[in-house]
Amino acid sequence: MTESRLHELNKPLGKVLLYILLIVSGAVMIVPFAWMASTSLKSGEYVLTMPPQWIPDPATLDSYRRLFELYPIGRMLLNSLFVAGLTTLGQLITCSMAAYAFARLKFRGHNMVFFLYLATLMVPFQVTITPLFILMRIFGWINTYQGLILPGVFSAFGTFLLRQAFMTIPTEYEEAAYMDGASPLTIFMQIILPLSKPALATLSVFAFMGSWNSFMWPLFIVREETLMTLPVGLATLQGRWLTEWNLVMAGAVITVLPMLLLYLVAQKYLIQGYVMSGLKG
Amino acid sequence: MIAQRRPVQKYLWVGFFLFPSLAGLLVFLITPMLASLALTFYEWDPLIPTHFTFVGMENYLTLIKDADFWSALGHTLYFIIGYIPLVLVTGLAVALLMNQKLIGRTFFRGAFFMPVISAWVAVALMWTWIFNPKFGIVNYLLGLIGITGPAWLYDPNWAMPAIILTSVWKDTGFIMVLFLSSLQSIPQEYYEAASLDGANGWAKFRYITLPLLSPTLFFTLIISLINSFQVFDQVWIMTQGGPAGSTSVLVEQIVNNSFRYGRMGYAATLSWVLFLIVFVVTMIQTRMQKNWVTYD
Repeated sequence: MTESRLHELNKPLGKVLLYILLIVSGAVMIVPFAWMASTSLKSGEYVLTMPPQWIPDPATLDSYRRLFELYPIGRMLLNSLFVAGLTTLGQLITCSMAAYAFARLKFRGHNMVFFLYLATLMVPFQVTITPLFILMRIFGWINTYQGLILPGVFSAFGTFLLRQAFMTIPTEYEEAAYMDGASPLTIFMQIILPLSKPALATLSVFAFMGSWNSFMWPLFIVREETLMTLPVGLATLQGRWLTEWNLVMAGAVITVLPMLLLYLVAQKYLIQGYVMSGLKG
Repeated sequence: MIAQRRPVQKYLWVGFFLFPSLAGLLVFLITPMLASLALTFYEWDPLIPTHFTFVGMENYLTLIKDADFWSALGHTLYFIIGYIPLVLVTGLAVALLMNQKLIGRTFFRGAFFMPVISAWVAVALMWTWIFNPKFGIVNYLLGLIGITGPAWLYDPNWAMPAIILTSVWKDTGFIMVLFLSSLQSIPQEYYEAASLDGANGWAKFRYITLPLLSPTLFFTLIISLINSFQVFDQVWIMTQGGPAGSTSVLVEQIVNNSFRYGRMGYAATLSWVLFLIVFVVTMIQTRMQKNWVTYD
């Protein structure tokens, strides 16, 4: 592979080749997004043209306006925010508490319970989805926010991620506090959590994004448009106006854009989350 | 240190901290998982509540004779064989590229990461439009160099390759950050020492980079393999298993059986077979890694 020689490429020709490679591969990533945005800014008669019109002329926000008027996309946007927000909050609370128990309260059998947590990471979601759906029927939670949110609040991965972070905190701080008679809850709230802000941030953005993008569970648990999150709403949009690609692409932009903004403000934490998710195996 | 407290008090604290998470996982994950295993021995259609029958191994026997299952397994393997090598090679190549001191690196890293953070539904719809046979830009670009593009998602021979390409495009950035994080942990001195010994670029890649990357390579291989056995979102949006069943994959079979045909027991059986496959693959790889993974 040519990339193998990259380490010693200081020669101008090598640099030029590298930049060509960089720009071409970058274009492959960006052009589809640009095409999505471009399509969403066209009015209907300019969408199905050959050769394609790369830059919308005239550019119009018409498809966005129609999407908000004809379709509860605003409501779906709020649903997505609400569901992702509560899922994140729930994961932060439950995962950090469990992680503290595993990292610091070395109880009998803690290794076994922790292993059980890790083992659940191997189970494909499809294994649990059918009984989980039945359980939701028993609870009467089909088509409800609690049915949409609660199953996502408990995360073995989040617990693992925070436990790893808590383990790196030196115990000296806690010993001093303990000597002063502080309870585990005080130590957890006033020492462990403040010292783990980067890990908590990583879990927050990662959980928020996972919930925002999740498709399969919301697809099954929600039937009414007023409860749908953006990905599910977007999927039904395809069936509804299959040929109106400007509307569908406008919906895609609305779904993708908030995550791009999140990446811009929190890319360090987001990438860290992915690295951790890759290395949990 | 907490151990110094009286045991009762200590276990009250353990209970306090562990309960929310453990209870939640028990209710929403572990119980459904065990229920799913039990369900594989039953036949049940939720629309007919009285119809709940113990059938023993019947579901497993059905599965062995089920042509749809075998064809879905075949398509899943087809996806894996196309997807894994491509995504690992492009991910590694891009990581090596991003590891160079190039202007605009942060921008391009962001560009590669954009598909990773985007919802599959949005990405799949985007590519359905790009692969549109008449008005999509792929066939337009192919036309410019004199190639008449296929009907892609409407052509049984080209639907799966289109799904594979879309998936590689989406996941390259994920593989990239995994490799990048371990590339950045390789000490520069190794390369400098090798240069003094007169090693060329290939030798450095072969004898320094690759061995030190091998644990990551192993992890990414497992992760991608596990993920790709569960391929669903993109198939559901782009083809719904069609055309002519040519992209019907395992998870799509599970979903159809449970939510369309009302065969809950059989769907559970399919999902456990999927779990078993994932489990066995992971075990085999864990065994094999000793032969080619170098931990420093």
